[in-house]
Amino acid sequence: MNKKIKKASRHTNQSEGLIFEKSSPGKRAFELPPLDVPVADPAKALGANHRRAGIDGFPEVSEIEVLRHFTRLSTWNYAIDLGMYPLGSCTMKYNPRVNEFIARLDGIATEHPYQPQELSQGCLKILRLLEKCLLEITGMDAITLQPAAGAHGEMTGLLLIRAYLQKQGNPRKRVLIPDSAHGTNPATAVIAGYEVENIKSESHGQIDVEKLRDQVTGDVAALMITNPSTLGIFEQRIPEIAEILHAKGALLYMDGANMNALTGVTRPGDLGVDVMHLNLHKTFSTPHGGGGPGAGPVAMKKILEPFRPLPILVEKEGGRLALEPVRPDSIGRVKAFAGNFGVLVRALAYILAYGPGVRQATEDAVLNANYIRKQLEGAYELPYSLPSMHEVVFSDAIQKKSGVSTMDIAKRLIDYGFHPYTTAFPLIVPGALMIEPTESESMEECDLFIDAMKAIAEEAATKPEIVKTAPHTTRVRRLDEVGAARKPILRWKPAAPQSEAAD
Amino acid sequence: MRYLPKSPAERQEMLAAIGAKSIEELFSSIPDRFRLRATLDIPGPYSEAEVIQYFKDRAAENSNGYTSFLGAGVYNHLRSVVTDAIIQRGEFLTSYTPYQAEITQGTLQAIFEFQTLMCQLTGQEVANASMYDGSTATTEAVLMAERLTGRQRVLVARSVHPEYREVLKTYAKNSGLRVEEIPFTASGTVDANALQAVVKDDVAAVVVQSPNFFGVIESYAPLVDVTHTAGAMFVVAIAEGVSLGLVRPPAEADIVAMEGQSFGLPPSYGGPFAGVIASRDRFVRQMPGRLAGQTTDSEGQRGFVLTLATREQHIRREKATSNICTNQALCALAATVHLTLLGKEGLREMAEQNLSKAQFALSELLKIPGVRRTFDAPFFNEFTVELPRSVKIVNGHLLRDKIIGPLALGTPYPQLTKHALVCVTETTTRAEIERFANAVKLALERPI
Repeated sequence: MNKKIKKASRHTNQSEGLIFEKSSPGKRAFELPPLDVPVADPAKALGANHRRAGIDGFPEVSEIEVLRHFTRLSTWNYAIDLGMYPLGSCTMKYNPRVNEFIARLDGIATEHPYQPQELSQGCLKILRLLEKCLLEITGMDAITLQPAAGAHGEMTGLLLIRAYLQKQGNPRKRVLIPDSAHGTNPATAVIAGYEVENIKSESHGQIDVEKLRDQVTGDVAALMITNPSTLGIFEQRIPEIAEILHAKGALLYMDGANMNALTGVTRPGDLGVDVMHLNLHKTFSTPHGGGGPGAGPVAMKKILEPFRPLPILVEKEGGRLALEPVRPDSIGRVKAFAGNFGVLVRALAYILAYGPGVRQATEDAVLNANYIRKQLEGAYELPYSLPSMHEVVFSDAIQKKSGVSTMDIAKRLIDYGFHPYTTAFPLIVPGALMIEPTESESMEECDLFIDAMKAIAEEAATKPEIVKTAPHTTRVRRLDEVGAARKPILRWKPAAPQSEAAD
Repeated sequence: MRYLPKSPAERQEMLAAIGAKSIEELFSSIPDRFRLRATLDIPGPYSEAEVIQYFKDRAAENSNGYTSFLGAGVYNHLRSVVTDAIIQRGEFLTSYTPYQAEITQGTLQAIFEFQTLMCQLTGQEVANASMYDGSTATTEAVLMAERLTGRQRVLVARSVHPEYREVLKTYAKNSGLRVEEIPFTASGTVDANALQAVVKDDVAAVVVQSPNFFGVIESYAPLVDVTHTAGAMFVVAIAEGVSLGLVRPPAEADIVAMEGQSFGLPPSYGGPFAGVIASRDRFVRQMPGRLAGQTTDSEGQRGFVLTLATREQHIRREKATSNICTNQALCALAATVHLTLLGKEGLREMAEQNLSKAQFALSELLKIPGVRRTFDAPFFNEFTVELPRSVKIVNGHLLRDKIIGPLALGTPYPQLTKHALVCVTETTTRAEIERFANAVKLALERPI
């Protein structure tokens, strides 16, 4: 590896088997306080045929072993806390630790969703303030905090559209989705009962507005648009797009995955968007946690408000807040209880920390992306030349000539101490390198990343093998994904299986 | 701003490198008339101390200091501080979905362990990496059964959590699924005769919950045979996972949909929790959500990857088995750590304490004149009693004694007006149970 690269060096980490392999009968890591009521006989209380003997293979280990096991596993992960995570479309920004602290407070983490609402005013005020902040940021009229993630928000948004159109007599048949969209968009449209019509981007990667005029017919319910698009480019003709849809009675859905480019700078509500979701685990910094949990609030225009999912947060006389479980036109419940409350709490904490200054975060995110774009232009091909917002998409066209693909470059980036960027997405760019630095990276970290990317470009040209066989410094080397899918091993099994008596 | 790592001079330097005169120039692609000129009307900026104070003030407006007898899908259980210590490690907390397997082996191995634990608990052969919660897991289980059978009629026991059924109906409305409900018997169990009368070869799934919403443990035998005879999938929802420490798992089910909240996750006003789908190996290709699988690297070492991704939306788009992408990974990790801490003996003992405390609470309540048990079938840590007076009025009196009373069943089940769903876990002390029973007694003795 190039000695001038300051970021990464070798380190060791420890081997660790599966927790089941460390188990030994009689060990335990948890003790309960003694039982203070008479012992019930399970066989008598449950009936012999309901009673379970024991759980074969369940771990039996001590507390220190549990702690070490998971601590060792944790050291095999990359994380934002370790460095830049330039995953395009994922907005991997700093997760403030105070948000973890407040989400665990007594009176926040301890509250039961069915406790009396007069004893839940604190929870409801948090939800209310978050609603207000998100409405101000999006420029929309109404919101639901119920959805548990972005895709769940997409579904909620499309069900709102469907209910609105149904109320007018016809839910319509099709949803238009650009070829650059996230995979969740088409998958969601199907769950909402729509047929998907994929539409081709024009040569600059934008929606082909002239073609759209023909594509929007009387059976189109909505267009799902991502803005900025997954190319990181602002969809400049979005107000015109909204007009085309509205003229035919269709609605404009905006995937808010890229809201980190717009917060405080422009508002989707002002651009003609009818309904959108936000990914609080992206733009509003709630931790990704290895894949979740998230939250996907859906903000909408007035016309969709009557259809919001249950329960609905309302303000009663005297300022008392309540969650109402019934509304005649509601699409119904999309999830039990009151949304992913603990995630919503963290997002509000993030917003309060910035206040109106959240605009600065947007500016820094766009500044970082453009800085990286400028420095890497030439080393990597830029397939679309329109201005970048919060992320930049290159392609591996130059490196392909020496047989090096975006995936190889991504894996080599690991050796340089970075998490890879998003590979092979969006689908309209063959061999895409999708880079989103977020505002959380200092100039120094951006420079380290640029150095690494340039060094890899040089390696690809001069010694491609080292790139193609990367990573070289990780605990495991490239893993056999084909084998994993062909003969799936999806759980641990004991070497000598015992039978479970009561089963 | 403390979260932003740039000095004003660095911002200028970066702008200069880009060749832009101002930050405004970088936003030139946004038409001028849509550029926000006004300052956002949101509170802040708050220092860390102010953020903490805001939430402490809100916390003080909630139920601090009250003893609760609520369950109904969200349970208070003991949690070791070790769980939070682990899941707050930045390497887990701030890591992304483990698509880059070489640098996310920690998350991947933990998911593999989670899948194994879920199989062991439920008696199933394969479990996924998590769904949003028990309600959406139940719905996704039904959608999976629809794909497996090619049928569109679904029979759901009325004793399944009312909110789970509502979520299912929301999804069903637009996908052509027809949802019908199966009544419960005087014992509180699914009415097997009623099921037999309507289950036909057009039914995709029969959905029951155990312990059901009334806390009653279902007997699967009379239900599963008629379901399978009709060629339908037998789907079991589990809202209280701790029951599996003591109660026989639904090994005969085709799909199990479970809520993992009881495994180390705080109530948190309803979320985030961790839904689980577990099933048979032969159905795995129709499962929704992520799966971690074991494999080897190019040097033959054991490692783990996300696998069978051709079921998922990022590959299959409109042909995916589900639209789920982000799941509840950190909650699943918490459940993994918690269950590992509890271990075989700890989980059994916790389940036994729940059973004993609930039995004790029932016997205390039955000493009160006019209070009687609604259903006589076996229960785990929740049971239903009928009061001689409105549950809401009794609960109103209990609040004055800082007791949050049991759930009134009259709203979800109009025929169960005056019936209450009482939940007691290992966290409820004998003294609290006695104080509760006494307060109920006094409330019932008060003149109307």
